[in-house]
Amino acid sequence: MSVPAHPPAAGYDSAGFPLPSAPVPESEAVRLEMLKAYPPKTRKKREKQLLANDPATPPEIGANTRTIPGIITQRGCTYAGCRGVVIGPIHDILHITHGPVGCSYYSWLTRRNLARPKPGQPVNYLQYCMTTDMMEEEVIFGGEKKLAAAIREAHAIFKPKAIAVYSTCPVGLIGDDIHSVCRKAKEELGINVFGFSCEGYKGVSQSAGHHIANNGVFKHMVGLLDEPDPQPFRINVLGEYNIGGDAWEIDALLQKCGIHVTATLSGDISYEQICKCHTADLNVVMCHRSINYMAEMMETKFGVPWIKVNFIGAEQTAKSLRKIGQFFGDQRLTDRIEEVIAQEMAALRPVQADVRSRLQGKTAAMFVGGSRAHHYQHLFKDVGMLTVAAGYEFAHRDDYEGRAVLPKIKVDADSRNIEELDVEADPQRYNPRKTPEQIAALQAGGFNFKDYDGMMAEMKKSSLVIDDISHHEMEKLIELYKPDIIGSGIKDKFVIEKFGVPCKQLHSYDQGGPYAAFTGAANFYREIDRMINSKVWQLVTPSWKKPADPALALGRGIDSPANQAVRAVVSGLAKAWKPRQAAAAAPES
Amino acid sequence: MLNGTTAEIVERKALRINPAKTCQPIGAMYAALGIHGCMPHSHGSQGCCSYHRSHLTRHFKEPVMATTSSFTEGASVFGGMANLTQALRNIFSIYSPEIVAVHTTCLSEVIGDDIPTIVRKAQEEGSIPEGKIVIHANTPSFVGSHVYGFSNMVMAMVNYLSEKTGTTRNQVNIIPGFVEPADMREIKRLAAALGADIVMFPDTSNVLDGPLTGQYKMYPEGGATVAQIRSAGDSIATIALGHFAAHVGAATLESKCNVPAAFLELPIGIGATDRFIDTLRNYAGVQVPAAVELERGRLVDLMSDLHQYFHGRRVAVSGDPDQVIALTQLLLELEMKPVYAITGSPGNQFEKRMHELLDGPVPNARIKQTADLFELHQWIKREPVDLLIANTYGKHIARVENLPFVRFGFPILDRTSHRFNPTVGYVGAMNLINQMLNALLDKKDRECAEEWFELVQ
Ligand code: SF4
Ligand code: SF4
Repeated sequence: MSVPAHPPAAGYDSAGFPLPSAPVPESEAVRLEMLKAYPPKTRKKREKQLLANDPATPPEIGANTRTIPGIITQRGCTYAGCRGVVIGPIHDILHITHGPVGCSYYSWLTRRNLARPKPGQPVNYLQYCMTTDMMEEEVIFGGEKKLAAAIREAHAIFKPKAIAVYSTCPVGLIGDDIHSVCRKAKEELGINVFGFSCEGYKGVSQSAGHHIANNGVFKHMVGLLDEPDPQPFRINVLGEYNIGGDAWEIDALLQKCGIHVTATLSGDISYEQICKCHTADLNVVMCHRSINYMAEMMETKFGVPWIKVNFIGAEQTAKSLRKIGQFFGDQRLTDRIEEVIAQEMAALRPVQADVRSRLQGKTAAMFVGGSRAHHYQHLFKDVGMLTVAAGYEFAHRDDYEGRAVLPKIKVDADSRNIEELDVEADPQRYNPRKTPEQIAALQAGGFNFKDYDGMMAEMKKSSLVIDDISHHEMEKLIELYKPDIIGSGIKDKFVIEKFGVPCKQLHSYDQGGPYAAFTGAANFYREIDRMINSKVWQLVTPSWKKPADPALALGRGIDSPANQAVRAVVSGLAKAWKPRQAAAAAPES
Repeated sequence: MLNGTTAEIVERKALRINPAKTCQPIGAMYAALGIHGCMPHSHGSQGCCSYHRSHLTRHFKEPVMATTSSFTEGASVFGGMANLTQALRNIFSIYSPEIVAVHTTCLSEVIGDDIPTIVRKAQEEGSIPEGKIVIHANTPSFVGSHVYGFSNMVMAMVNYLSEKTGTTRNQVNIIPGFVEPADMREIKRLAAALGADIVMFPDTSNVLDGPLTGQYKMYPEGGATVAQIRSAGDSIATIALGHFAAHVGAATLESKCNVPAAFLELPIGIGATDRFIDTLRNYAGVQVPAAVELERGRLVDLMSDLHQYFHGRRVAVSGDPDQVIALTQLLLELEMKPVYAITGSPGNQFEKRMHELLDGPVPNARIKQTADLFELHQWIKREPVDLLIANTYGKHIARVENLPFVRFGFPILDRTSHRFNPTVGYVGAMNLINQMLNALLDKKDRECAEEWFELVQ
């Protein structure tokens, strides 16, 4: 929760939220207006997913439930969540999609998980799209043979260290056993080959795919290499995907402080880094939704504890660094962290103040992913902007209401579909990083492990929370809130901008970024300033459709002052020209 | 970049690497957007629909609306009837389209959902309001490619909508193939210049190239209306532009409503555009006006002026079959040498037609259907080319092989020319020639020795 300022800073209320410069509509009224268009059954379902917020006692939200057929949703499928997010960024293994061409084709370089292979590791396979391009024959007679052949061919051409295989919807239906194909290929080729049963229909959104990918990465890679990096203060950054170079920004900042990143799961990451990430001292979690499974499993099996951090937003970044420092409890490290924060904040403050002078009191809404709709509220707050409405595309209740709600979440049929790995402490390698006494001391000092309070606790009272927003609700939201900017994804981007409202893509960053850490924050402030204050929005209406403005009349009509002025100049020139012409025409004397 | 690609070719029977095609539903979705007031509907899991909408949006930079049946495991086991029925009810009450165009996905195809039966039941139980229409196309992705999906949806338009009343209308149908809104607009402009009345379907101009007005319209002005597509059954003739994307629709209309079909190629380059104009002129009974001849003359003039830059240049082309067949003819008109030509789509007509075109002028050309960009890259590594023409996915090859690169076809995810510059018609040829010249000369200007860096070209 944000600490109340005493007295509140100018432009902020007593709870630390920016004061909007125009009145914000009452969220319950907006909610009812949004629900009006729905047939009864649809309305009943959507009612639970649209709520007025209460940060003190977050209300129960319907989340991670099925999208209603016929509703225009932002959501994608399990395959997209698995292939694209946690495992997709590993750049030196091959990724083969088993299925018809499309699923693989659409996931080809469309997610901006940038990679810059380290010197000595020149391979980057991310530009390749590989698929078994299943044909009718395989749909009828089974595709296992083709998959086995495809793996063999891929190996013959690329000689990779490992191959990951992904199932798409039709594969699950025809019953191909990709795991046995992978096992055989592993024996035959002597490299690591493993499969993911991530058929698109398996879950209600990408989220199921994240879970499946977590399981597979944990089962088939994590722990294969027991070689800790030599540096002290080793951590893994989990749930960070290096979109627009965010991971590089975080990495550089941590390095400056003297903290070493063993692996970032998963952004700009190699097979080897994943295989040895269990040797780190601490896991810090950015996107709780997509990777909390991994954090939990690594703790159970190897004793690596985890904490929630957030490197989006200046205050949040500073807070996260301090938390990591507190964990290690090393005075020199703590001092260095304070030094870095002081330096970075000194550089950032003037940018922040300058941008805030133009954005103070403006409003934002965000509908994206499983963590960004929360994290980015901090960046907006930094420049005096209030988030009036927000929601996730594929998050669960704990991402809204906080992890305290976990024991109360009912496991429905769709979630039961996804395997929960049975993880136990590794007999040799389990090594709790802190003694119970150390943990108790940390906790006494206000330090919490595995803490995520969710989005609602940090959002203003009565702001509107919408899970899995539909197109219809988005239209209503624009009409009623008229936000100054909306953060969303590619499918909404141009819809929103047709309304004359700028839309920042918070999946791909509109090819911009990085926005993480301090330098990233400055980038984001400037970017939002550019978007909201862009002159293009003033060009939308032609002058003849605007109410007559006396100042504008200057350029209009034959007798406008502007024309009169030109006329005076031109006739003066003409008068001056005539005598000269007469002189030129005069006969030579 | 692409550093796993070597010149050594290992035979592949199972693994597709860097495909030059995608799946049927995206083509069907695109075609459906060319009907006015239409909501495309993807019957399957929501991932397919999300991918198709995202991909089309990245290409057009425009809103792309479509709904999905959002299958989960249950629907996959018990069939998608309940999902589709519920979807139709929601779509009509929340988004009020005139017409819903359903296409299947791999999943619903494997399950074997019978769409017409489901739709009929939905109608009987009142989930489809009076006067509203639902059409459907089967678009399994394990058959064909995105181009086939387009073609199948066009066929559905004819099957469901076109009618013969017995009274012939003085109009010519045009089925434009899987081309850009800018191309469709250009085809309409040429027809208007000739004074020919046409019905074009699908027509995505003014749908996927809409203005920014401060108002969002879910169903923009553009698109062929249901009434127009209906009336296509009474037209004098149909001109279908492209074997793979357009001919099936025209043939269906011919057999259903007895409207004679002219099976042409995409009007890219002089010859193909001439054939299009000539055919349209004949059917519509109009004269080619001087303005169109002038346009053509300016194109010939340009080709003559620039001949030296193109003659004999080796070109690699990848794209959709209709596009590659047509573009090859323009390249030959410029006396370039299309040495490699591939398409990802299956279908023998591609290789057959390309051999007809290339066996004479470029006897050793490599031509391949159901090919992929990985293989094309390997050919280039073995024997290089002077120019690469492909969709955006060619950019990695262009970068690593340092090739002048012209983006052409679908999709173009990183440039904007396709959003307003047509490639069809005489004007389209000028655009293409301009882009090729820029690509070739930009490279020369960047890389040539200083003494050869010349002001005038
Ligand atoms: S399942 Fe089929 S229809 Fe869906 S994206 Fe994949 S290939 Fe296309
Ligand atoms: S077929 Fe299934 S796996 Fe492929 S995109 Fe569609 S929903 Fe996803």
